[in-house]
Amino acid sequence: MQNNDFVRRIQSPGGDRKKSGSTHIDFPLLILLLALCVFGLLVLYSAGGQDLSYIKRQATFMVVGFCLMFVVAQFEVRYWEKWAFVFYSLGLLLLFAVLLFGVGAKGAQRWLDIGFTRLQPAEFMKVGVPLMLAAYLSNRFIPPTLKHTSWAMAMILLPAVLIVRQPDLGTALLVFFSGFLTLFLAGLGVRYLIFTFLTSIAAVPIMWNFVLLDYQKQRILTLLSPEQDKLGSGWNIVQSKTAIGSGGLNGKGWTEGTQSQLNFLPESHTDFIIAVLGEEFGLIGILTLLTLYALVIARCSFIALNAQSQFGRLLAGSLGLIFFIYVFVNMGMVSGILPVVGAPLPMISYGGTAVLTLFIGFGLLMAISTEPNRMRKVL
Amino acid sequence: MIHKQAFSDPARERRIFARRLIFSVFAMLLMGLLIISRYFDLQINQFQDFATDSDNNRVHVRPAPPTRGIIYDRNGEIIADNRPTSNLAIIRERSGDLDQLMTKISSLITLSDDDIERFYARLKRQKPFEPTPLKFNLTEKEQAILAVNQHILEGTKISATLTRFYPKRDLFTHVVGYVGRINERESNTIDDIAYSGTDSIGKTGIEKFYEDSLLGQVGSDQVETNARGRVMRVLDKVSPTPGSDLQLHLDSQLQQVAYEAFSGGRGALVAIEIETGGVLAMVSAPSYDANSFVSGISQKEYDVLLNSLDKPMFNRSLRGQYPPGSTIKPLFGLIGLQNRSITTSTAIDDPGYFLMEGIERPWRDHNSERGGHGKGVDLAMAIVESCDVFFYTMGVKIGIDTLAASSQVFGLGKKTNIDLPGERPGIMPSRLWKKQTRGASWFNGDTINVSIGQGFMLATPLQLAVMTARIASRGNLIQPQIVKAIDGVKNPALKIAERPNISDEYWDYIHDSMRDVVHSTKGTARGINKHLTYTMAGKTGTAQVISINANEEYDRSKISERQWDHALFVAFAPVEDPKIAIAIIVENGEHGSSVAAPIAKTVIDTYFKSTALKNNNQTLASTKVSYSKSSGGDDADAKQ
Repeated sequence: MQNNDFVRRIQSPGGDRKKSGSTHIDFPLLILLLALCVFGLLVLYSAGGQDLSYIKRQATFMVVGFCLMFVVAQFEVRYWEKWAFVFYSLGLLLLFAVLLFGVGAKGAQRWLDIGFTRLQPAEFMKVGVPLMLAAYLSNRFIPPTLKHTSWAMAMILLPAVLIVRQPDLGTALLVFFSGFLTLFLAGLGVRYLIFTFLTSIAAVPIMWNFVLLDYQKQRILTLLSPEQDKLGSGWNIVQSKTAIGSGGLNGKGWTEGTQSQLNFLPESHTDFIIAVLGEEFGLIGILTLLTLYALVIARCSFIALNAQSQFGRLLAGSLGLIFFIYVFVNMGMVSGILPVVGAPLPMISYGGTAVLTLFIGFGLLMAISTEPNRMRKVL
Repeated sequence: MIHKQAFSDPARERRIFARRLIFSVFAMLLMGLLIISRYFDLQINQFQDFATDSDNNRVHVRPAPPTRGIIYDRNGEIIADNRPTSNLAIIRERSGDLDQLMTKISSLITLSDDDIERFYARLKRQKPFEPTPLKFNLTEKEQAILAVNQHILEGTKISATLTRFYPKRDLFTHVVGYVGRINERESNTIDDIAYSGTDSIGKTGIEKFYEDSLLGQVGSDQVETNARGRVMRVLDKVSPTPGSDLQLHLDSQLQQVAYEAFSGGRGALVAIEIETGGVLAMVSAPSYDANSFVSGISQKEYDVLLNSLDKPMFNRSLRGQYPPGSTIKPLFGLIGLQNRSITTSTAIDDPGYFLMEGIERPWRDHNSERGGHGKGVDLAMAIVESCDVFFYTMGVKIGIDTLAASSQVFGLGKKTNIDLPGERPGIMPSRLWKKQTRGASWFNGDTINVSIGQGFMLATPLQLAVMTARIASRGNLIQPQIVKAIDGVKNPALKIAERPNISDEYWDYIHDSMRDVVHSTKGTARGINKHLTYTMAGKTGTAQVISINANEEYDRSKISERQWDHALFVAFAPVEDPKIAIAIIVENGEHGSSVAAPIAKTVIDTYFKSTALKNNNQTLASTKVSYSKSSGGDDADAKQ
């Protein structure tokens, strides 16, 4: 049987299926993640102005993230499926809480202060939405019917709208994508895809006039011609392109990037960190990072294809895809082919909640990866 | 139903999913390639451009302004130097809301309306990312307040710069001038590189004339800056060359005495060292504080200066053109002798007026009401007592063209080419001049007026001083000069070897006559000969401000003070070995003898006192004694 072929192939090269099964750790993924974390901390050290406090905070989050990942991996997939609705609802509650009691900066209200640290609930929804969608859709019909598609869309749009209200257009789009990709993987009909595509186009003028705030419009205009306002909103993109471009093939060397070290590069330790990497490690550094990302995504796809349950498949597949979307959106915006939206570079950008969310996602992937070959529960 | 179908076909679910995932993987590969090609384009294809941009970002060549040369007087006293001052400036591009910032600043330190007004004016023509000065010369307290509040004053900058300072304030303003901010017109003509670190330029006087020497050469610092413009390190450095220091011929003490001698009145004085042509004192009164223009004068202050009836900004010594009056009589007498129109024995009868053939109107002598100077008036007496009729007669005989040509040799009617900007040439009229400027032919009546230094004739106090110095030196064509040495190297004096061909006999005659103006009992300047410790030769003069009808009397009570005659006096001393020549005009002072001559005495007294102190040698002391002796003798046998 086809299924058995997959199982054999997983078991044979690693040979330690049993061991993985007992610790619920996917070692290839673990090694890739460790590599990404090390690389990330290295770049962050330079990007943060060689300030160890950034590294300490980020490393702490990473350690916590790894622990969280191990914990998440220990639970059987079906528990996650069962509890998906609870997590999703909790996420929604937190989003409401942000709108009511949130704190923030620069006119946006994105964080919840929980005493010892600040959390960004919108980040959690990047996992919460695919989790909910996968759970919902795997128990329904594949491909989803109109009714189920409508419900699924509602589940996606509700948090997305809440996040737009913060306002945080970038995260809202990413959350929307994470849900939509799950729908897509579940076999959303081609006509729905076309419908969504057309709706999006139709929505552009409405968004422009009623939803987008001035600074967001400005960012889109800036994308079209950043040189027009070099000192204003075009500054970020001109400087990041200069940083990346001046890195050349080999880069200027670690902590030697003039653009980042002399503060020409804004947000160099968060959203624009790829520019620091590009400047200091050159195209070689960029390709190295992309290779690591590609391997992670390949591993995710592999896990998805071999998942034992429909839920596992959908969740693993959408987590892998959304991971790619993060990378694409971030690297696209910093290099000036996408508008500037708040989208961190996964595992590299400074940001606690983002790191935790990613590790929770990888924990789920590990759980799926090590899911025992049991009878599909739908039967 | 569909439900059943779904439940019963997991393989189909798996197939759909696999198909979608594989599609996605392809999509990701494509998008990944897009990203890679983008980074490849930026980092490989456009590498050179971005590498250049990046260097342009961080590496700046900052001009290192040179220190402006210091100006000293002949004794090494500082007339102009540079003082460190702190200025508050705003970098518009970094300041955020400007109005808010201004409110914040004004709550901390006092900003005058004028400061603010001028700041906005400067802001309009400021290059981006360059600081625009808001307030100059911050006090230490203000600096401290601003430093403490630096965190709320983003975009402000306190910079220490050297600012020109004139410790003598108003004393030398008309000669030395001042520096000021480079204005728009100047910025079009100056070399942008030479002035890249400098925002001021010599506006008038020595500061302007010797701008090139004083400026120095700009250096450069190649620096690496961060995005906020803060210098992180210096990559390369070319030190600026400071401007040359100037030593002037001017003597501060003499200048001070001369300036104070005007005691607030209007007038001008030029004193020249005969040996070198160096200008010892050059006063135009009233004056004004040169420091007010350095960092920009307020409109209000400027209006006061501009609208003052006394015209303090008018440089009278260089640009004031006055009828020289009787002060040119010795020169014209000399020309008459040389020209053989008269001899030393020529004498006329002076009834108090002069009648020109064919003209009914008589030319009066200034003492016509006393019946003139009497019979047998020769040149010496005409100079000593200032007889106009003698000069009327002689002037007509010499003829205007000879008079004009010979006078020019003594510096009248043309610029003296002193090392100062803005000098006026005066007027030494001739037939040609009248034809060209007035389009009319010359009349004998014009010559008569000119022959006593009136009519069309005009001269600046500087020209009169030069004329006097050239008479004193027996025709040495003395070239007046302000700057004595540049960086210790002597300023080459323009010595003109050629001299008018006049026999010693005539020089002696004129010198003696001028000495008698001061030392004889009938001399018009006899009032100053008491306690004179040296011999002085001089000539008084009076210049009409308004023309008085021939049949009318000059009556001071009938006309306003500002139309009273100007008082003039020229002099040199000692007569035997002239050291100093001087020309003075006191506006509306009426009488050269009583108003202008005493100033000359005060200044020359001071000059000899200080040179005696300085040299303090026996030779000079003994000469002084002999001067006083001979002056007493001269008085006794003064020609009448």
